Amino acid sequence: MKGKAFKFGDSISTDHIIPGRFAHLRSNLPELAKHVLEDADPTFVTRVKAGDFIVAGNNFGLGSSREHAPLVIKMAGVSAILAKSVARIFFRNAINLGLPVLIFDTDGIGDGDELEIDLGAGTIKDLTSGRQFTSGRIPEVMLRILDEGGLIPYIQKYGDFKL
Amino acid sequence: MGKTLAEKILSEKSGSDARAGDIVIAKVDLVFIQDTTGPLTVRLFRSGGFKGLANPLRTVLFIDHAVPSPSLGLSNDHRLLREFAGETGASMSDIGEGVCHQLVGESMARPGDVVVGSDSHTVTAGGLGAFATGMGSSDVAVAMALGKTWFRVPESLKVTATGSFTKGVYAKDFILHLIGLIGADGATYKALEFGGDAVAAMSMSPRLTIANMAIEAGAKVGLFPSDRTTGDYLAAQGRGEDYRPIAPDPDADYEKTIKIDLKLLEPTVSRPHTVDNTALARDLKGTKIQQVFIGTCTNGRLDDLEIAAGILKGKQSNPGTRLIVGPASRQVMLEAMKAGYIQTLVAAGATILPPGCGPCLGLHQGILGDGEACLSTSNRNFQGRMGNPDAFVYLGSPATAAATALSGEITDPREVMPG
Repeated sequence: MKGKAFKFGDSISTDHIIPGRFAHLRSNLPELAKHVLEDADPTFVTRVKAGDFIVAGNNFGLGSSREHAPLVIKMAGVSAILAKSVARIFFRNAINLGLPVLIFDTDGIGDGDELEIDLGAGTIKDLTSGRQFTSGRIPEVMLRILDEGGLIPYIQKYGDFKL
Repeated sequence: MGKTLAEKILSEKSGSDARAGDIVIAKVDLVFIQDTTGPLTVRLFRSGGFKGLANPLRTVLFIDHAVPSPSLGLSNDHRLLREFAGETGASMSDIGEGVCHQLVGESMARPGDVVVGSDSHTVTAGGLGAFATGMGSSDVAVAMALGKTWFRVPESLKVTATGSFTKGVYAKDFILHLIGLIGADGATYKALEFGGDAVAAMSMSPRLTIANMAIEAGAKVGLFPSDRTTGDYLAAQGRGEDYRPIAPDPDADYEKTIKIDLKLLEPTVSRPHTVDNTALARDLKGTKIQQVFIGTCTNGRLDDLEIAAGILKGKQSNPGTRLIVGPASRQVMLEAMKAGYIQTLVAAGATILPPGCGPCLGLHQGILGDGEACLSTSNRNFQGRMGNPDAFVYLGSPATAAATALSGEITDPREVMPG
């Protein structure tokens, strides 16, 4: 995967990603997705292109269980989230939608850097700076869900959880 | 080696010797959705081609976040949930009944249950000794279909509370203090387990307040033992048969123990825009507040309204401050009416909302204007939370909220409480 880094700071909450004031659009996902991360960076949605990456600090996605948060990020074209740490429910929700999450110290990546990611190997190459990073391992069960493109396709295939 | 509460419950529900770090598949005893995350859950359930609910009698659809519906989009979402209940036999909790977490506590969750809800504050039922946790729509759709889910058994942080609260200090101050201490990610992926003499002496409502905010430290669950208080609460709710005692083993393994002496705590407030940005209420004196909100799954119970009414009785809220009160459930509202609290609050200038989530999540019923500040008894103060990214949310106890409503600025409730 290749794309551009969009950097965000620490504690980006689900209210930053898609606030409650747009709840009336939750059954109109294309309209909802136009507001992704609007309160953290109002220009993000106009600049992000298919394949790009969100590169965040600590505790990305804290707050609500709304799966709409990773959903609108995915709909915006983001192909993976890179962060120092990710809140628990958001982490599981992203994987359940087939949106990869890579955890490592993201300080070395600059806003706008071109990145190349090898998901299988867990390596992140910063083509702009020439630096390379390695992400932490995620539980095997989550890798298998991710491999199937998310939890619903996984359950459709296996009919049950296969640990 | 003994087991923590989380390990005990997940061992039983997975039929295995569940230890921190293990991945287990656990039976789900109660699963629920609400009106902002439920429609996506229903769509995912349908797209999964699932034939029906594993346990319709223990699957509940709540309409509580936007009640009565303020918009066409949400009205159609509500319609979708009602239709789905009709198709599947799931239980429906419609407008006016109350906030899902309050109703789960009043009449559904049992000690030792695994409870999964499509709302992060599902952790509230940990106050009853249930392993209750919030999940997204995909996970909840699958739990509805299969009656089970997978968990990584969490490590536990033990929070031992001793002593007793001094005047004007409550469970809300305790949990805000704890989150300020360990941080908004201080318990991420972990269980918070509460114990100690002060917890044994604590009634159910404060337990629910504390468990409710475990997620604000990132925790998977906030667990209380199930003890005589739990049994008395369940009996008072007409479901004494749901009681069974559950305690952690004395030799259980905790990642860390945090000791808090309640008598050293003071009225505490979370400042914008994170819950762990705590300060003492007295140090925030002079901070002007345009709206006070008393309610929610955190602090919308009878004792919360009683505390607020006690402070506001015979007085008037500040003309510069709008006072909004939302009982957490119909039962709370009826009892508060009977006790005269609603009358007292209305006489003091309060606007009363129907049981539900009210302005907590910025959907309707009290959206803040640009630059305005709200002192709320809810659980979250993120930027944009109450409907406006250019507004400010402070969190405090019902007593701090009532004292603030009187003065129009953040006020330590001890200033206005009788000796």
